[in-house]
Amino acid sequence: MSDKRMTEDEVVAELESGMTIGIGGWGSRRKPMSLVRALLRSDLTDLHVVSYGGPDVGILTAAGKCRKVTYGFVSLDSIPLEPHFRSVRQGGLLPEFMELDEGAFYLGLMAAAHRVPFYPTRAGLGSSMLANNPELRTVVSPYDDGEELVAIPAFEMDAVLIHMNRADQKGNGQFLGPDIYFDDLFAMAGEKTYLSAERIIPTDDFLKEGPVHTLRVPRTHVDGVVEAPMGAHFTECPPDYGRDEAFQKEYAATAKDPEHWARFRADWLELESHEAYRAKLDEKSAS
Amino acid sequence: MSTVGDELEGGATLDEICVVALAEAFRGDGETLCNPMGPVPVIAGRLARATFEPDLMLTDTIAYAIEGNLPLGADPSGATIEAYLPFRSIFDQVWSGKRHVVMGAPQIDRHGNQNFAAIGDDYSHPKVQLLGMRGAPGNLINHATTYWIPTQARSFVESVDVVSGPGYDAIARLPEPSRRFHEIRRVVTDLGAYDFETENGTMRVRSLHPGVTLEQAQAASAFELAVTGDVPVSRLPTAEELHLIRKVFDPSGVRKAEFR
Repeated sequence: MSDKRMTEDEVVAELESGMTIGIGGWGSRRKPMSLVRALLRSDLTDLHVVSYGGPDVGILTAAGKCRKVTYGFVSLDSIPLEPHFRSVRQGGLLPEFMELDEGAFYLGLMAAAHRVPFYPTRAGLGSSMLANNPELRTVVSPYDDGEELVAIPAFEMDAVLIHMNRADQKGNGQFLGPDIYFDDLFAMAGEKTYLSAERIIPTDDFLKEGPVHTLRVPRTHVDGVVEAPMGAHFTECPPDYGRDEAFQKEYAATAKDPEHWARFRADWLELESHEAYRAKLDEKSAS
Repeated sequence: MSTVGDELEGGATLDEICVVALAEAFRGDGETLCNPMGPVPVIAGRLARATFEPDLMLTDTIAYAIEGNLPLGADPSGATIEAYLPFRSIFDQVWSGKRHVVMGAPQIDRHGNQNFAAIGDDYSHPKVQLLGMRGAPGNLINHATTYWIPTQARSFVESVDVVSGPGYDAIARLPEPSRRFHEIRRVVTDLGAYDFETENGTMRVRSLHPGVTLEQAQAASAFELAVTGDVPVSRLPTAEELHLIRKVFDPSGVRKAEFR
């Protein structure tokens, strides 16, 4: 059986500028932050990020890495608006974006996972969602009702990054928190899917960690596995750890001042490796 | 006009009047997922279930539907879980219709078009980026929606910059099958409660909070408010409701911060 273990930098080396990259999690919850930081310190650019957005979208757009973002919202949860994303939008600095109803977003993921061109929904009818996204089309039911519905297009993604609580080296993933969000659909929808996990464990040990229902990401949809303890920090990753609210506050405050942001990036986000980041976190909590 | 600090008739304060006006929006909902967002609406949902609408289902705002009278912000881990509702199930619940949501509305017009996405004419370069579409387009077209607006004068606008939640005029332009689940049940503000029970689907004064005159409510609106007959005064909380709000759901008074 293949061993899919890799490092963050090896994952990023398989990606190219201009790609569409899906990022799992939800807002400031279980985001693959060690992989996001590896993207940040790479020379990749012109990316199209697809995400239930949190600091992943804030960091990558504020650093000018994105050509386009597809999202339903971009939030830090305890801070309802992602302040870096807000600055980018208000500065008119994001060339393209597709802002969808957050339920419709689920359908775009599901369509891609199921390899159909779209899923229909009423979400968007009567709102500005259609006018603001001229690429969205409607479809007429072929049945007697003849209802016209919004056709949410499949989110075709070159690569997908997700973070799990546990994984084995073959690529099976396990979530132990209250919600998988949409990470199983992300995994299926990606042309390539890379999974980071708090711990890589023997397959035999999965059921010691949680019930069988937590084994929701099968290895058939996973191409690479990265062991990244604290890999979702500063977003939450229960039951392993909660959100680092103090750190998040500090991150959010840097949106007000370009110099502060540059310093924060250098001090934390652009460290040479996840190991260096963890070491620095340990130092911080000891002081 | 009264403020949060003033004690009104019967000992209730404005925030408590608003909680009760919002709770009233759930009357008759029965076995529905009541999904309020923000402190005042959450207290209202819990109050409705604890009193006159016992079959409502409420979430802990994480991933579970829970029983019991949980205080605002309390750790829900000890509560009895009656259903598992992760985000994906919430969307399934939205589309299947057994849900009534309460959202905010930084802008709302006479037809009930709501905007919490962005402020400004140019959507690619907004003056102020707000929440984005979030779930508003899907919520409005699928099930009952109520809006909670702590400062009416700021939010009742002539026209919204972005339609995140469509109002009655936008819905009237759709064919019948698309229209049938749309309902804006209530708009509750610091001044009164409003509905759309008019022939042309425009906003009507349903009740005004104690001490608020129609002139004051109209002055705090950029559009003309519809009035049919005598406007009643918003219902005061009962002694039981006051007890539940003050002692059970929100002993630390978090609700009052929404009015500042």
